[in-house]
Amino acid sequence: MKHTISVLVENKPGVLARISGLFSARGFNIDSLAVGETEQHDISRMTIVVKGDEKILEQVMKQLNKLIDVIKVTDFVGQPCLERDLVLIKVNAGKGRRSEILEIVDIFRAKIVDVATNSMIVEMTGDEEKILALVNMLKPFGIKEMVRTGIVAMGRG
Amino acid sequence: MKLTGAQIFVESLVKENVEIMFGIPGGALLPVFDVLYEAPIRFILTRHEQGAAHMADGYARATGKVGVCIATSGPGATNLTTGLATANMDSVSIVAFTGQVATHLVGNDAFQEADTTGVTRSITKHNYLVKDVKELARTIKEAFHIARTGRPGPVLVDLPVDVQRDSCEFVYPRAVEIRSYRPKYEGHPQQIKKAVDLIRQAERPVIYAGGGVIISGASGELKELARITQSPVTLTLMGMGAFPQDSELFLGMLGMHGTYFANQAMQNSDLIVAIGARFDDRITGRLDAFAPKAKIVHIDIDPTSISKNVKVDVPIVGDAKNVLREINKLLEKSKLTNLDKRKKWEKQISEWKKENPLTYEKDEKLRPQFVVEKIYEVTKGKAIVTTEVGQNQMWAQQFYKYNYPRQFISSGGLGTMGFGFPAAIGAKLGKPDKIVFDIAGDGSFQMNIQELATAVNNRVGVKVAILNNGYLGMVRQWQQLFYKKRYSGTNLSPNPDFVKIAEAYGASGMRVSEKDEVEDALRKAISIEGPVILDFQVEREENVFPMVPAGARLDEVIRGLA
Repeated sequence: MKHTISVLVENKPGVLARISGLFSARGFNIDSLAVGETEQHDISRMTIVVKGDEKILEQVMKQLNKLIDVIKVTDFVGQPCLERDLVLIKVNAGKGRRSEILEIVDIFRAKIVDVATNSMIVEMTGDEEKILALVNMLKPFGIKEMVRTGIVAMGRG
Repeated sequence: MKLTGAQIFVESLVKENVEIMFGIPGGALLPVFDVLYEAPIRFILTRHEQGAAHMADGYARATGKVGVCIATSGPGATNLTTGLATANMDSVSIVAFTGQVATHLVGNDAFQEADTTGVTRSITKHNYLVKDVKELARTIKEAFHIARTGRPGPVLVDLPVDVQRDSCEFVYPRAVEIRSYRPKYEGHPQQIKKAVDLIRQAERPVIYAGGGVIISGASGELKELARITQSPVTLTLMGMGAFPQDSELFLGMLGMHGTYFANQAMQNSDLIVAIGARFDDRITGRLDAFAPKAKIVHIDIDPTSISKNVKVDVPIVGDAKNVLREINKLLEKSKLTNLDKRKKWEKQISEWKKENPLTYEKDEKLRPQFVVEKIYEVTKGKAIVTTEVGQNQMWAQQFYKYNYPRQFISSGGLGTMGFGFPAAIGAKLGKPDKIVFDIAGDGSFQMNIQELATAVNNRVGVKVAILNNGYLGMVRQWQQLFYKKRYSGTNLSPNPDFVKIAEAYGASGMRVSEKDEVEDALRKAISIEGPVILDFQVEREENVFPMVPAGARLDEVIRGLA
């Protein structure tokens, strides 16, 4: 099962390595990881998306809590929360195909942020599902490159 | 007043009441050692950094204080790692300091550089790289605090050489405030009540206690719990000494080389009260067949230990001493039920004890178990015993009776060969009035044999009893039992002449090959003030029994060779 875990940590060197080490030591692959400062400059928030055995994951959560530099750990599974991921997609867009792409971009409320003779870069923010849907729609045109920030999440209310 | 980083380092250790420090200097530690030259801290120069880490460990385990060791950058630091991992697995308070190349060279592949905080990240409780001398005092304060609180463990502080030379105003912080680190010492009252209810209603209870009882100083409370409930008590290797072995209620150790009756009791119990122990694989045997009828109460200060391997019915996160005190208080006020069934359980256990006592063949041969029994007799059960790892460790556990906490010092979790001898030196320096024995194997002893020089030069009168069988005995035993006696890579003989080695280092050495010489040799060794190496030429293919093979059920026991 997929888990989105939010970890509040001290904004210090080495903290990321401590945290990723806990996952790798148990053979977990991190699907996505996003890190940034919070409203307090000395605290960072990491949003980690992982899939894995529930029992091992429970152990990893406890281990995360045990790290000296970790302030708080939240698993968003079953909790009302917002998840957002930003994607940049460089898609083949030769003459005659641009309007088709623009139409899709419009429907998804995405943006064109760069145009060249043979390609365009599409930017979109959304949750996992929406991003996958856009990727599927753009695939037939030929995706040359794609980059994602990884999911960031926040509890509602 | 402004002090240099090196001065701040020493002043901070003095504030932490550090009396003794183990280690080896090096290029990246010269400023620190210059200040240590006239500091009120005893420095023990070891012959290998691993020895320093184990000495700090032995000192910490014997005294309950924080052990301190120091090593230079690069190879000095990497040599410490086995000692750090050992302390980490067994929850021992150590603060380790390492020199580091100057901050502007860090990450440059400079001479004697290693990424020490990177290398030790997963084998320490926490570690620090100090990049600014202004951070130094606070970091040292935090390091000692983290090492000795909660579930204790080793903390490493990496000190770049320029930070040792820089200076700033020195103020040692009075208190530590780490917002993300607040160990929980008090058990939840609701959980405690649930545990008490289960204990009252149990018909076949067993108390299973580990090293946490010793660390929290809860052996008095453990005895109380056993007395009030008249429950049998089994201990892990790390727990030895937490409960008196001459008590009727004592079951011995459980697990792979545990007693038959301790394992039977676990498997047939309806309530296991686990205290400061972590259900590791050497304890549970085959996990899905472990104690199938038992409900489990688990008291531990470390929430990650709870429900890690075994599903627990009543988890209680807290310090063993506090939690047991609360449990005992409630139990004193209430009545046990099922008294007749408990009587039956007691009877059953004493039958198991009678049927399968811990024993060995008592013939004219010099058997290792006999040597351990004699050490017990001659020291009147009062010595501090350290062990190496393997057969020597199991016999030391089985045939010496430990009656007080911090008496038995052994590398339980990591199983580090070469631990016992330096640990014995550290223990003796911390407890100079005690007789300290390292019960060793010929293989393990040779892994840190160089510390003989440390013992001799500092007049540390430890006694090493080598149970010399010319093999890496425990591996040989497994090869005998499970690999058709194909003794691959386990034959150590011919061993060096340990008596001559002892003498070459300036220690005393004795060789014993007859049963009737054992007692005299031991008495003589104790009467000698300095370090003594006793080379006991024991039966070569003696095995440790009983044994539950790896991955088998706790009651699938090999009791001896057919």
